[in-house]
Amino acid sequence: MSTALVTPAAPATDKLTKKALTADHPTWCPGCGDFAVLNIFYRVLEKLQYPHENIVCVAGIGCSSRFPYFMNTHGIHFIHGRAVPLATGISLSRPDLHVFVFGGDGDGFSIGGNHLNHAARKNIKLTYVIMDNFVYGLTKKQTSPTSPIGFKSKTDPTGSIDRPINPMRQLLASGATFIARTHAAQVKHMEAMFERAILHDGFSVVECLSECVMFFAGAFDDSWPKKGGTFDTIDETQHDVTDDQAAFKMAENLAPGKFGVYYQVNRPTKNALEQKWIDETQSKLVGVSQKEILKKRFETMR
Amino acid sequence: MSTASAPSSSSPTSLRNAVIRLAGNSQDGIQSIGGFLARLAGRTAQEVMTYMTIPSTISGGPSIFQVHLGSGEVLHEGDEADVLVVFYKHSYENHIAALRDGGICFYDTADMGPEDIKHERNITHIGVPFTAATVEAVGGSTRDRGKNMFVLGMVCAVFNLDKEKLVGIVSRQFGKKDESVLRNALLAFDAGFAYQVGDVEKFAFVPGEAHGAHRISADGNQMLTLGLIAAGVRYGSAYPITPWSSIMETLRVELPKYGGLYVQAEDELAAVSMTIGAAFAGHLAITGSAGPGLSLKMEALGYASMAEIPLIVVNVQRGGPSTGLPTSVEQSDLMQAIYGSHGDSPRIVLAPKDVEDCFYIALEAGKLAKKYSCPVIILSDQALSSRIEAFEEPDLDKHWVEPTLDISTRPEGFKPYPLDAITQHAPPGSKMAGGKYPVSTGLEHDEMGHPSGSPKMHTLMTAKRRNKLVQLAKELPLPEIHGDQTGDVLVLGWGSTYGPIKESVDRLRLEGHKAGALHLRHLHPMPDGLDGLFKKFKHVVCVEMNDSGLYGYGQLATLLRASLADPRIQSVCKTDGLAFRIREIVTGVEKIMSAQA
Repeated sequence: MSTALVTPAAPATDKLTKKALTADHPTWCPGCGDFAVLNIFYRVLEKLQYPHENIVCVAGIGCSSRFPYFMNTHGIHFIHGRAVPLATGISLSRPDLHVFVFGGDGDGFSIGGNHLNHAARKNIKLTYVIMDNFVYGLTKKQTSPTSPIGFKSKTDPTGSIDRPINPMRQLLASGATFIARTHAAQVKHMEAMFERAILHDGFSVVECLSECVMFFAGAFDDSWPKKGGTFDTIDETQHDVTDDQAAFKMAENLAPGKFGVYYQVNRPTKNALEQKWIDETQSKLVGVSQKEILKKRFETMR
Repeated sequence: MSTASAPSSSSPTSLRNAVIRLAGNSQDGIQSIGGFLARLAGRTAQEVMTYMTIPSTISGGPSIFQVHLGSGEVLHEGDEADVLVVFYKHSYENHIAALRDGGICFYDTADMGPEDIKHERNITHIGVPFTAATVEAVGGSTRDRGKNMFVLGMVCAVFNLDKEKLVGIVSRQFGKKDESVLRNALLAFDAGFAYQVGDVEKFAFVPGEAHGAHRISADGNQMLTLGLIAAGVRYGSAYPITPWSSIMETLRVELPKYGGLYVQAEDELAAVSMTIGAAFAGHLAITGSAGPGLSLKMEALGYASMAEIPLIVVNVQRGGPSTGLPTSVEQSDLMQAIYGSHGDSPRIVLAPKDVEDCFYIALEAGKLAKKYSCPVIILSDQALSSRIEAFEEPDLDKHWVEPTLDISTRPEGFKPYPLDAITQHAPPGSKMAGGKYPVSTGLEHDEMGHPSGSPKMHTLMTAKRRNKLVQLAKELPLPEIHGDQTGDVLVLGWGSTYGPIKESVDRLRLEGHKAGALHLRHLHPMPDGLDGLFKKFKHVVCVEMNDSGLYGYGQLATLLRASLADPRIQSVCKTDGLAFRIREIVTGVEKIMSAQA
């Protein structure tokens, strides 16, 4: 423990309120879908009442990745595409923390795509919210991995020609144990998805369609009733969330597709499996100090 | 082979040191012969340094193991062999040139005969049926497996080694396996020991100086790993690459014993990111790789500089660029270690000088990373990673560092990036009495960690990050000069060239030059005051295993010339993927001295 720091008495009450969780005013454009995501995240944390100091918000690069600055919690704003492995390092080394990752479609599906697959198959205990706007917004309108064919951007002026990623199918194939899809304009639904994701013991991902009003206005109108679209939710009395084949079939067409929990299963997390191994290893060394363990190792090298 | 007394026919020739080279294929088990001899040296008050080559293919291919044993200080792997043991004709053809004039060559009669011998030099050739005698000793079904043990027994007899101790070491090694494995190994060993090699000189080492403490034998990667554990490292992540992998393999198995965890990542980018995650979470954490992997980690390393994250990164250098020479030695990652990444991204760079120092450099890296809250790169190399040396067992009561996780409540007004002090982060789990929680950031920021694009703030923060290293440079001890303190030539280097440079300076002094050797363990920052040392010598020669580049100077020489503006600094460089021989250094230094005279 540091001696340089005086340790004052901790505040008596630590009730987690929106006020306590609020930090800098978001730098997002007026009308950006991400405001609603932030507000709903405050609300869910208020409900869950985790110890304030044990909440960690992690992000990479992108508009949505500014999230940690707007949350008054421990946070880290990392480099492009690597938020998930960074969060993996936090999660595996600190079981006492609640780790949340926020990012966009570029961070999650393009530059960081490989990490998403591996964190998912390893079932790292954390929650990842991908705020998908189908466009690179921070860099002012280039094609993203989820941009639909025909989308005109500065890098595809005559319209995108590449088949976009199907986030639900990608996540199903990767082995994520909680996969949900929601819409930033459907706050009640978003709140339910966030809460279920956070309470899931494993790698939980929520793809949240969040409109970029500057560079892809109207992208999600087809699933926004106020704009004339249909918000079609998954009826879990009809869809078995543990059936990955059914989920895969349901994800065939995501324009606009269904919203809700596509898939959820319980599989041991890497966190739990590693801890089991650590415990088993240490059970053979009960009563031996760490220094003695290393001393004995040196003895074998004499 | 330096002899202590004249040979006589009746008693073995007494000698101070000898170089034995074993050449065969990678599946012949010659590495284990070398390992046994090295461990024996550690137990018999002798010095040892080994050198091996392994093919970069999975199985098969030529392989050598060279052991330099001595009763005094052994500083290098040996320029040429005194005794050569070859398992095949191709081994003979490739390695006979490495045997000195007057040396002895033992060859397996299974693969070559007297007709294959080259007679141009004064070399004693002795044909021994390694294969046939092993098969005879062990029994038919095992074919030639065990001929390495036969050779070990033969070497034991020729050099009058401590047979009892050697058998003890072999027994402990094979004892873990099936009983018959040990029995066969000892049968082959005894057959080799008893084999009458005929009328050949026998040797015996003069007793080495008794060492007080226990001595251990190990390779550089082992000592780095154990040093990291002693330094309090408990977490990290990496991706496999030669010659780094054995460090991550050992950490993976060892750290759980200490309650820690080492995980294999999907790639180098994830490995460094996971490690920064563990460091951000308040742990002392380590990632590592070889040169290509360090290149891939560079963006995240820039982040760690900017966000002032304490982090240890090991780079076991190999021949580059690209896949290069994956199993050869080179010191060509110095510039990348110091200046790689983007922007002005200060970090500390250290290099161990020998196998023993791998342990202490890891300890120092841990202390510096915590104190200065920045990345610390350890530049090891392929030669150090695999060679075995014997040295004093580290005193853990003196060096052990207990790992800590400081999540004490931070006072009101806590600044994650104070301009007037070195950053010490409040990791997650720390309550913030003032109610304001910190964000670790890669954006330029103010003292509170808020993003700031202010020209003044970027200037101040860049200086803050740089000044940590300026402060460290003042705190570093000036290295001691070995040999003459003033005079004709100062020969300096870094990393695994320590031993060869020291030995070369001893050779230069014997030849009448006033010479000193200087070794730099701290490469970035370098200690203040080097220019004062340089001024005491007429010539300054920097010896490095990298290319002399467009302007004729190696990477360290370039840095020294740029920082000290001393035009006398010259380079002896080489890029053959092999460790320096003494005569290469001596010749190179003498050439510079005569050219500048």
